[in-house]
Amino acid sequence: MSDGVGEAILEAIDIHRSYGRGSSRFEALKGVSLRIDEGESVAIVGKSGSGKSTLMHLLALLDQPDDGALRIDGVDSSQLSARQLNRMRNQDFGFVFQQFFLTPNATVLDNVVLPLKIAGVSRRERKVRGMAVLTQLEMADKAKSKAVNLSGGQKQRVVIARALVNNPRVIFADEPTGNLDTGTGRLVEDILFSLNKEYGMTLVVVTHDSELAARCDRQLFIRDGRAVPATAISGAPA
Amino acid sequence: MNAANILTAAIANSLRSKLRTVLTVVAIVIGAFTLTITSAIGTGVSNYIETQIGAFGAKDVLSVTKATDDTGQGDEGPAPYDPDDAIVGAGFAQFDAEALTEEDLAAIRAVEGIVDVSAVQQVNPRYAEYDGHGKFILGVNDSATLTTPDLSAGAPLDNSGGEPQILLVTSYVDALGFADEQAAIGKTIQIGVVDYLGEMHEVNATVAGIQNETILATGAALNQALLDELHTTQSVGRPQSASEGAILATARFDANATDEQVDDIQTALAGKGFAAATVADQIGIIQTVVDAIVALLNAFAVIALIAAGFGIINTLLMSVQERTREIGLMKAMGMGAGRIYALFSAEAVFIGFLGSVLGAGAAIAVGTAANGLLAGTFLADLEGLQVLRFEVAPVATIILIVMAIAFLAGTLPARRAARQNPIEALRYE
Repeated sequence: MSDGVGEAILEAIDIHRSYGRGSSRFEALKGVSLRIDEGESVAIVGKSGSGKSTLMHLLALLDQPDDGALRIDGVDSSQLSARQLNRMRNQDFGFVFQQFFLTPNATVLDNVVLPLKIAGVSRRERKVRGMAVLTQLEMADKAKSKAVNLSGGQKQRVVIARALVNNPRVIFADEPTGNLDTGTGRLVEDILFSLNKEYGMTLVVVTHDSELAARCDRQLFIRDGRAVPATAISGAPA
Repeated sequence: MNAANILTAAIANSLRSKLRTVLTVVAIVIGAFTLTITSAIGTGVSNYIETQIGAFGAKDVLSVTKATDDTGQGDEGPAPYDPDDAIVGAGFAQFDAEALTEEDLAAIRAVEGIVDVSAVQQVNPRYAEYDGHGKFILGVNDSATLTTPDLSAGAPLDNSGGEPQILLVTSYVDALGFADEQAAIGKTIQIGVVDYLGEMHEVNATVAGIQNETILATGAALNQALLDELHTTQSVGRPQSASEGAILATARFDANATDEQVDDIQTALAGKGFAAATVADQIGIIQTVVDAIVALLNAFAVIALIAAGFGIINTLLMSVQERTREIGLMKAMGMGAGRIYALFSAEAVFIGFLGSVLGAGAAIAVGTAANGLLAGTFLADLEGLQVLRFEVAPVATIILIVMAIAFLAGTLPARRAARQNPIEALRYE
């Protein structure tokens, strides 16, 4: 965080991304620019097929733009090697997905420490850090349970724990409450926003839920691969 | 993720779907078991033959016969009959060999490097008896001069003296009624031999020693004096017109001769129309046959392993398919393609390791039991033969070969896993 608070941690400049070739070519992003500062919470809002997930994948360095530039801490992502990209995703980013992606027959603790395992952290330290983050999310008593035996809300908390275990600077949440009932979804939202407020973690949320979007500092509305004004999205807060 | 982590993760992954892994491992166990058994037979038999030659094969003796033309149905049809080529010795008829004449022996003796040559006289004693304890059929080792006896008691034969001597094999000690092997030494036994007219005669012989049975010596060994006496006795009443001659001669050469010198002698003899072979040559033929059979069996075992390799490919492809989202997640979380590849390769190698160790272990257990069983029953006569011989190097080589096959089998699924696009993998339902 050498750039200090208020510096752009992620910056997309007129990025394009298309899939397929020839007649089946589909342009998912047609030139989107976005700047996310350290400690901000930003919602990327749009309907399914609008290109919001593609934008998140690009911001999270899971994909590369066809055109335009993507900067992380001011460094162009195209200048980074595959190894550097992997290390950045492993150490600076945390991921929360709608479908959880937990290994069903592994324990909660094993699921949570997966990023640490990938990073090559020792077994003992993995356990200490995994338990610390589970305690933080009030899931310590479930550490030895198998992931398959948890409720939806518990699973999403495990997923958040997994996203947090590496102490990331940015958390990417793709429809984090999409599979949860309203009450549980609210709890998960609270956890995410408290992390943002209390620890200054940057939060990038992809959602079509306008209420969740409204809780973020800023919203970017996407339609047909382009950023649009808030009023263009029906039901969006003014 | 370091190497140790990848290994433990791979092992844990392979145990996730236990039944599938077990079935794949079973296929490898079968291949590894077979390969271990066949290679152990190869090692055991070769080893036995080598020790036998090394210990008991005379190193300075050639067995010489007349080189035979194709006397049977060759490519050019049957050979014309030659009355001088009479085939003699009913017991040797199957060899289609011609008798060696005095001129032949002289010709052999004339070859440079040959020290001495003698025709092998064939004697057919009927029985041996000691002190009225009963008569037992006596088998004679005609080529005793080609071997060094594996003595368990007494002394070797004295071929220069006039006293008729015999070396009995161990099984005769009890039968003939001796208290033990030492008690037999120096005793005189009676050997029954039938003359040409069918009349039984008895010849006395002194027991010089007791020998263990080996593949090179499966009967009693007689010294020259006893051979002469038996031969004289069995020739009584033989009509002058009946031809008889030895078909085999033993030729001695300098015991210090080099391999090249022995080759030269053999070439010279071949030039004069004789076939000459050392004991090692003769055993070498057996060795070659054994090697060929073992190689064939090994090939079958390797085929089984290759089939098992396809089992690994299948298992891992299923595993990659099932774990598509997990792979996508790991890639999203910064696991490099190389490590994903290593993870699945390690799983394949682990399956191979498990299968080969279990297979080799089972082979060693079964083989050791079989050895005990065989040595106690129908191979009891071949003392010192361990049919299955398990040595560290070949067994370790088999385990490594199986792991290498497993690694190769794992490359296809591992590549597929490593190449997965994290976004598509995460979208995969």
